[in-house]
Amino acid sequence: MVNRLTLLFVILLAMPAGAIAAGGSQTLMHANNDLTNTASLRRGARNYVNYCQGCHSASFVRYNQLAKDLQLSESQMLENLMFTGDRIFDTMTIAMPADEASAWFGRTPPDLSLTGRSRGADWLYTYLMTFYVDEKSPVGSNNLALPGASMPHVLWELQGLQRAVFRDELDDGGNVHKVFEDFEPVTQGSLTPREYEQFVRDIVNFLAYIGEPVQLKRRAMGGWVLAFLLVFFVLALLLKKEYWSDVR
Amino acid sequence: MKHSKASASQYTGGRLAAFGNWIDDRFPMSKMWREHVSEYYAPKNFNFWYYFGVLSMVVLVIQIVTGIFLTMNYKPSSAEAFASVEYIMRDVEWGWLIRYMHSTGASMFFIVVYLHMFRGLMYGSFKKPRELLWVFGMLIYVALMAEAFMGYLLPWGQMSYWGAQVIVSLFGAIPVVGEGLAEWIRGDFYISDITLNRFFALHVVAVPLVLIMLVVAHILALHEVGSNNPDGVDIKKLKDEDGIPLDGIAFHPYYTTKDLVGITVFLAIFAAIIFFAPEMGGYFLEHANFEPADPLKTPEHIAPVWYFTPFYAILRAIPNKLGGVVLMGMAIVVLFLLPWLDKCSVRSIRYRSTTFKVALFSFAISFVALGWLGLQKPTSTYTWLSRFFTLVYFAFFILMPFYTRNEKTKPVPDRVTYHG
Amino acid sequence: MSEQGVDLGRRRFLTVATAVTGGVGVALVATPFMASMKPSARAQALGAAVNIDISKLEAGAMLKAEWRGKAIYVVKRTPSELQRITKLGATELRDPNSEEPQQPAYARNEFRSIKDDILVLVAVCTHLGCAPEFRPEVAPEDLGSDWSGGFFCACHGSKFDLAGRVFKGVPAPLNLPVPPHRYLADTVILIGDDTGSQA
Repeated sequence: MVNRLTLLFVILLAMPAGAIAAGGSQTLMHANNDLTNTASLRRGARNYVNYCQGCHSASFVRYNQLAKDLQLSESQMLENLMFTGDRIFDTMTIAMPADEASAWFGRTPPDLSLTGRSRGADWLYTYLMTFYVDEKSPVGSNNLALPGASMPHVLWELQGLQRAVFRDELDDGGNVHKVFEDFEPVTQGSLTPREYEQFVRDIVNFLAYIGEPVQLKRRAMGGWVLAFLLVFFVLALLLKKEYWSDVR
Repeated sequence: MKHSKASASQYTGGRLAAFGNWIDDRFPMSKMWREHVSEYYAPKNFNFWYYFGVLSMVVLVIQIVTGIFLTMNYKPSSAEAFASVEYIMRDVEWGWLIRYMHSTGASMFFIVVYLHMFRGLMYGSFKKPRELLWVFGMLIYVALMAEAFMGYLLPWGQMSYWGAQVIVSLFGAIPVVGEGLAEWIRGDFYISDITLNRFFALHVVAVPLVLIMLVVAHILALHEVGSNNPDGVDIKKLKDEDGIPLDGIAFHPYYTTKDLVGITVFLAIFAAIIFFAPEMGGYFLEHANFEPADPLKTPEHIAPVWYFTPFYAILRAIPNKLGGVVLMGMAIVVLFLLPWLDKCSVRSIRYRSTTFKVALFSFAISFVALGWLGLQKPTSTYTWLSRFFTLVYFAFFILMPFYTRNEKTKPVPDRVTYHG
Repeated sequence: MSEQGVDLGRRRFLTVATAVTGGVGVALVATPFMASMKPSARAQALGAAVNIDISKLEAGAMLKAEWRGKAIYVVKRTPSELQRITKLGATELRDPNSEEPQQPAYARNEFRSIKDDILVLVAVCTHLGCAPEFRPEVAPEDLGSDWSGGFFCACHGSKFDLAGRVFKGVPAPLNLPVPPHRYLADTVILIGDDTGSQA
C-alpha cells in the first residue's frame, strides 16, 4: 500500500517542472501522445509487438483493423507486426497459457486492449518511465506508479537501470514517510533518455489508440452531425416562429 | 385565434379521406389525435423548464431503440458479457455509436428527469388536482432507477460488479429477512452469472414494459387534468364561447413546433457528448469499468454513477447500516408525499413566500451537494458535510407542513403572464 | 390573434422544408442501425477462406470440410467416373451445360471443376437445404439400376450426378453450387477465396 500523498510528492519531485501536470489530483507525468500521428502509432505498434506481446494479449484488437487505421498493407502487417502465424483477420492473442504465466509472474499478465482506457495514457507513460532497481522485490525492480509491480522492467536494456533515492519525512503525526527524491542511473541504456521517452510515448500512443480504435473517426464525424443539427435547428426555429406569430 | 375546424374535416382529398374514415369507423384514430394533440390546449406561457417532459420521452425512445440493437449482440453471461460489449464497440459495424447512444442516454435520462421534477417543485405541478400525476411520475423515477441499476451491471466491468454488490448488500440490512432477500435478488451467494442473467431479463423486458405503461398513465393523467404553467394559473377557469381556455393554445401546431426546437438543441448536446466526450470525464462511463469484473479484487474507490450519488451520500452519512438504508429509502418516499406535505394553495414559486423560496433553494443546493459528496472518498469532513446536507434535505420535507400552512403569498393573477 | 397576415405559403414551405430535412436526419440515423446488422468483423473472420489439404484424398473417395457453416464436399473422381459424367446429357439432366450461375466461371465446364478429377461442392441441396449424401456406387438397391453414381438427397429424393448436376424429375431445381476456390498448391485448396485465379 502506498500513501497517495507520498506518490504525489514522488512524482512532483521526480519530474522536471514542465512534465508535471498542474492541478491537485494530477500526479502523473504527461504522455503527450498524439493519436493523429500515424508514424508514432506505427512505431508504437512495432515496439508493442516486439516488447509487450510476448506476455500480453490485446485480444479485442484485430490485425485488419490495425492495418486500416495505421494505413498498412497486408504484406506490411505480415512482415512487421505479425510473427505468430496469425492471419490478418485474427485478434492479437498470445500463445502463452494463462496458468503458466500466472506461475511465472505471480499473476496473469493482463490483456492490454483496454488499459489505455482504464488507466489512461499518462499513467501508462509514468509506469514505463519509473521502474527502478529494488533488491527487495522478487522481480528485482519496483515502480513508482504501481508499487510492487509484478512485471519486471522489460525495457531495462533500452532505458538502463536506475536507482530511486528516497528521503524520510515526518508528517504532522510524527510518522516517517519515504518520499521519493530522484533517480540516479546505475547503467547506461542503449537509448538516450530522449530516445527512450519517445519509445515509451509511441507505445503509450498505440495503447491509447487500441483502447478505442474508433476515437479519431468519431471525433471527425461529430462536426458533421452538429452541422446537420444546426441546419435543422434553424429550420425548426423559423417554423416555430412562423406558427407562434398567431399567439399573443 | 381561430380554433381549427380543420380537425373535423381533417381528411381532405378523395381516397385518403375515404381510408381515414374507414379507420375512424373502426378505431378512434382522429378522435385520439384531437384529444391528445390538435385539441389538447396547453397554457401558452410555457418557459424553458417545460421542455424536459418531452425530452424524457425522446430519451426513452432512444434508449429503447438502441437497447434493442445492443441486445442483438450482447451476451448476458459472466464469461462473455464484458467481451461482448467490446465486440459491439469494435467488431459490430457502428456498434460503438449505438453503445455510446445508450450509455449517454442513461445519464441524459436522469438529467432531464431531475430537471423535469425540479420544474414540478418550482411551479407546484404536484398540487391538487395533479397529485396522481406526480405519483405516476415518481413511480417512473423509481422504475428508472431500477432500470439504470440493473443495466449498469450488464457491461460486467469492475464498477458494474462492485456497484451491484454494494447496492444488493443494502437489502441485507433489513432485519430478519435481509440476508435471505439479498440472496433471493442475486439468486446466488454473490453477484454471479445467475444475477447477471436475471438482471438482463429485467432490464430488457420487464422494467421497460413497466416504464412504458407508467409513461402512458402519466400522460393520460396529465391530459385529464391539463398542464400546469409557470404562473400556476388554472387556465380552464376562463374559456371562450367555444369552451376553449383563453390562455390555452393547441398542442399542435404550437407546442409541437416549439418542442421540435428544444429537441434539436438537446440532440446537439447529446451528439456532442457521444462524439467528443462519451466518457464525460469518467462520469458517464467510469474508467474502472473498462476492467473486467473481478470478484476477488475491489477497486480502490467505488462510487455509484453520478445519478445515484445524492442517495449514496445519505446512506454513508449514517453510521449505522440499517439506519442508512432506511434513511436512503425515506429520501425517495418523502418525494411521493409531497402533494400532501405542501399546505399552501398557491402553486407557482412566483407568488409564494420568501420562506418557501429559501427552502426550495436550500433543498436544491443540498441535493447537488449530496450528489457531489457521494462521488468523493468518505473523509470525516465530507461525512459531516453529508450529514448537514442530509438534514437540510429532510428538513425541506418534514418542516413543509409548518412553513407552508400560513404562507404569505402574493396575489395570483387570473391570466397567465410572461416573465422570464 | 387572428389569421390575418398569416403567410400560408411561407408556413407550408417551412413545414415541408423541416419535414424533409427531418426525414433525411431520420434516414441518416437509421443507416448505422441497419448497417450494424451486417456480418460483423468477427463473423467475417470466422467466414474467411479455409484451406483444405487433399494430399490424402484417394481416387473415388470424398472428404468433407466446413466453410461458413456449410459442408464442403471434395471428391476425387476416377477416370471411369469421369467417363460416366460425359455420358449424361440433356435427356437426363436439367442443366447439363451449367448455364445457371451455380458455379464460378472457371468451373463452368464439363466436369464443373478446375482440375478434371477434383470436384468441390457446397453440400446444400438446392431444393430445401438438406445435405445430400455421396453415393458413388453404381446401381445400388435403393437407388435403382440406372443410378451411375452421384449425390442423393434423402430429405426429398433429389438426385445429382458426380458433377453435382441435378437430374430431371426430382424436386431440386438447380445444380449443386461450386464455391469460389483456388489451388494454393497442388494438393491444397483454398475455399472461399478465388482472387487471382480466373482460370
